[in-house]
Amino acid sequence: MTNVIKPKSNIIDKLNTAPKTWSFQLSCLIVFVVLMIWSSTTLKYKGAPNGMSIVQSIISGIFAPDAQLLFNLTTSGVPYLLLQTICIAFLGTIVGAIIAIPFAFISATNLVPRPIAIIGRVIIMAIRTVPAFIYALMFIRVTGPGPFAGLMTMAVCSIGMVSKMYIEAIEDLDIRILESLDACGCTMFQKIRVGILPQLMPDFISTIIYRFDMNLRDATVLGLVGAGGIGAPLIFAMNAYKWSEVGAILAGLIVLILIIEIISSKIRTKLARG
Amino acid sequence: MKYTLSNGKQVEQKRSKTIFIVLAVIAMSWISVVMTDFSFKVLFERGKRFFDILISMWPPDIGYLKFIWTPLFDTIKMSLLGSAIGSLCAIPFAILASSNIIHNKIIISIIRLFLSLVRTFPTLVVALIATYIVGLGTLAGTIAIAVFTFAYVGKILYEQIETVDMGPYEAIESFGATKLMAFTAGILPQILPSYIANCLFCFEGNVRYAALLGYVGAGGLGLILNEKVSWREYQSVGMILVALFISVMIIEAISHYLRKKLT
Repeated sequence: MTNVIKPKSNIIDKLNTAPKTWSFQLSCLIVFVVLMIWSSTTLKYKGAPNGMSIVQSIISGIFAPDAQLLFNLTTSGVPYLLLQTICIAFLGTIVGAIIAIPFAFISATNLVPRPIAIIGRVIIMAIRTVPAFIYALMFIRVTGPGPFAGLMTMAVCSIGMVSKMYIEAIEDLDIRILESLDACGCTMFQKIRVGILPQLMPDFISTIIYRFDMNLRDATVLGLVGAGGIGAPLIFAMNAYKWSEVGAILAGLIVLILIIEIISSKIRTKLARG
Repeated sequence: MKYTLSNGKQVEQKRSKTIFIVLAVIAMSWISVVMTDFSFKVLFERGKRFFDILISMWPPDIGYLKFIWTPLFDTIKMSLLGSAIGSLCAIPFAILASSNIIHNKIIISIIRLFLSLVRTFPTLVVALIATYIVGLGTLAGTIAIAVFTFAYVGKILYEQIETVDMGPYEAIESFGATKLMAFTAGILPQILPSYIANCLFCFEGNVRYAALLGYVGAGGLGLILNEKVSWREYQSVGMILVALFISVMIIEAISHYLRKKLT
């Protein structure tokens, strides 16, 4: 009998000596609830005049997409617009990824002194804070409205996240490899070629592919300011309540994003495993 | 390429695919250049025009600050509430989508398909539809942020649940506990810190994103930002951006500190 009771009392002992965190948990809960109440003060339900009928027309329109627009092969059809969007996102990501490289190297704490790295990070954060449509307006002054402005906007918007991920990759660099290459008498170029690039490349490429995926999703934002891609027709159609056109464009966009997501996650898992 | 080792074995070196990938990227870039009229010439010749607006934003109009507070806090409240609602709604869906807890393949694939469909919906489109349904204002923005957070946190959460150590869960179940009890005692403590960290991270990004949503009338900073841009009052725009930058920096510092503590 004693054999059975002994482990049981052990368990109860453990339970009794477990740290009591309920006061901490309760205060977390109170802070959370207060924050929620504070933030819900901003909500006012004004109600649209005929919300329900709009919901109905949205649903019926989105599930009955405009087939003519969807399979139209001219420059105003969905396939062409999607191709343009892919091109904007693709080149925008590449340009942004290239611009991000110097930013990342001046902000990596293992390469430059700390003050410079902090300044670099503040600059990166400032670049990230400005909303996309402000950049689009700036670039429209340079290039005129059109896909080129959209491309440059995508590039600048990519810098923030891409350089942040680059910094992490650079700070994870294994310096010992460089030291051993030094001991072998390698030149600077050889050290970069076999010591640094193989370490950074998988992380960098994985970041770029991920960002391409995100840029494709954000491409609608550019349409707001006439910076090319599928965003503008989508917003126009929505403002004009042409829900079947919206359905056609969204259908194309969703299929495209799903395909790209599957491909990009396949490539990225391959890169991560080496 | 085949090599013969000293013990007579033949090993094959896999042919590198780098050249094909590089060619594909170059071809794609060329197509993109043609499609988007990209040209370095324009960039170099007219590049300095980019700074036109930036220069006219300087110095920021300090006097405008008193009009910024309300929309700024609206933006923060919107993203706080939206992130909280979205990440709470994501929990049941994430549980239903993780293959180590639900053993029904059909349910898992339906929920996952639903999550990725929601994720493909552009946030701006959700915000615009929300303004049609609930009217212009912060409620529409909150809905859009909640939808985005729901899809994002949901995906990350089910990936986390799938990688937990199932030992405690099975042990508790073998005592005769129900699935729910085993989940709260065996799995919840493992995923809670990183779940909260992810929600905070999402909230950080949402503050930035919420500033954009005002553009479609979904309340917050974007509303006045859009207004001032179209009136070309760039000094006020500069002040708005400075205020946004400082508040984002403060929020990021707090959330970074909390996330460090959690993990």
